[in-house]
Amino acid sequence: MREELIISGRMNPMVDPTLNIWHWQIPLYLFVGGVAAGILFFASLYYIMGREKKYPAAIKWAPMVAPFLLILGLGALFLDLNHKAFFWQLYMVVRFESPMSWGAWALLVITPLSIVWSATWMKEVFPGWHWKYPFLEELEAFFIKYRFVIAWIMLLYAVILGVYTGILLSAFNARPLWNTSILGPLFFASSLSTGAAVIMLMAKSHLERNIFSRIDLIMIGIELFLIVHMFMGFQASTQVQIDAANMFLGGPYTEVFWIFVVLIGMLLPAFLEVLELIGYKIPIVITSTLVLTGGIFLRFIIVYAGQASRYLY
Amino acid sequence: MRFAMAIDTQKCVGCSDCVVACQTENAVPIGYCRDWIVEVNDGTYPQLEMEIRSERCNQCSNSPCVRCCPTAASHYDYGGIVLVTQHKCIGCGACIASCPYDARYTHPKGYVDKCTFCVHRVKEGLPPACVAVCPTKCLYFGDTDDPRSEISLVLKKRKYKRLIPEAGTNPNLYFLI
Repeated sequence: MREELIISGRMNPMVDPTLNIWHWQIPLYLFVGGVAAGILFFASLYYIMGREKKYPAAIKWAPMVAPFLLILGLGALFLDLNHKAFFWQLYMVVRFESPMSWGAWALLVITPLSIVWSATWMKEVFPGWHWKYPFLEELEAFFIKYRFVIAWIMLLYAVILGVYTGILLSAFNARPLWNTSILGPLFFASSLSTGAAVIMLMAKSHLERNIFSRIDLIMIGIELFLIVHMFMGFQASTQVQIDAANMFLGGPYTEVFWIFVVLIGMLLPAFLEVLELIGYKIPIVITSTLVLTGGIFLRFIIVYAGQASRYLY
Repeated sequence: MRFAMAIDTQKCVGCSDCVVACQTENAVPIGYCRDWIVEVNDGTYPQLEMEIRSERCNQCSNSPCVRCCPTAASHYDYGGIVLVTQHKCIGCGACIASCPYDARYTHPKGYVDKCTFCVHRVKEGLPPACVAVCPTKCLYFGDTDDPRSEISLVLKKRKYKRLIPEAGTNPNLYFLI
């Protein structure tokens, strides 16, 4: 029998007995950032492909939500800081080794871009809308002229934002559960899935709803593959990663993960989407809500469980 | 120059004097600590083995905390000691999550704090507070780049291990066994 104890006492707040440094703010940000990345990815992709008439919800309506989501995420990130008065230090240096640094810079690009993108569609989404000041009208005309360029930059940054939410965690080799490169693709697939769910919710035409329902189905398939792949990888890895996987395979996170993320967040909506495809009428609100719930639970569970996985003691 | 520490687990009795000395020297807030004692018990009676280790930040040569810091507040300083610049730290917690030794904590004032190898004393040629007070003289501190320093000699003579080198951090705490 082996027993390891800290006998001098160590109860550093938020570190002991298990790490608890990140609370609801980080998973909330990972979720809303992911949804915004998914929406902006589809908006710019289909705009570049010239599907403006076919997919108005994806290109014009859903991106209106993105700036609010990003600002909510930024607010959550700010609340997470313990030395708040010094937050501007993030923007005094670019550190490519630190995902948090280039994530902060990426947010600084994509948040204004999403606002500009939404602003250029205001007149089409809200008929009768007019900008109060003439210079805003000029600015709008300028941005509409370069919409194609904006779409390309936004596409790139949507991918960066979507992948970054996963890489942020996988860069921590101290937490065996997070330390897998699958987390980047998994979170990106989840962000595309949840982004598609928001677009489905806002789509008015049957055609658009149907297409994004199919995209969502594919994304759920990819997510399920990546989850299985991740646990297989852990089981074939070092003891600490086997222990990390076992938290989900019989350990304390088993029920909450497999029921809320996999069953309610993936299998059930996938089943409803298949029913929809073969002709049944399923209220889209149910499918979308399930997908979004799954996305939120995935972020929360991975962030909390990752902090409980460790090397020592 | 490469500062490191060796802890003789054969001599350490786990008295916690190093912990208290550190808290006093560095005005560590109540309820926090930068170093701690671990007792490991192995086997079943009557075949028992015990190891006592005085642990602290490993001042790693490949520090995940320095790598993850988004503002470069965590950095390599004098003799490879890893320090936090308080006015650059935003308290995001990335370094705390990245440390496999859980050696860092958030100071009540908001910035992240950790063992500094008492850099203010080391610069004056004094040993860190924990080393200075150790009643069994089980802590060795010095420059491992200098082959004639006390720590280099003890590391040549004795068997040692490092904690979780498989985490890839290249730690600079040596536990003599």
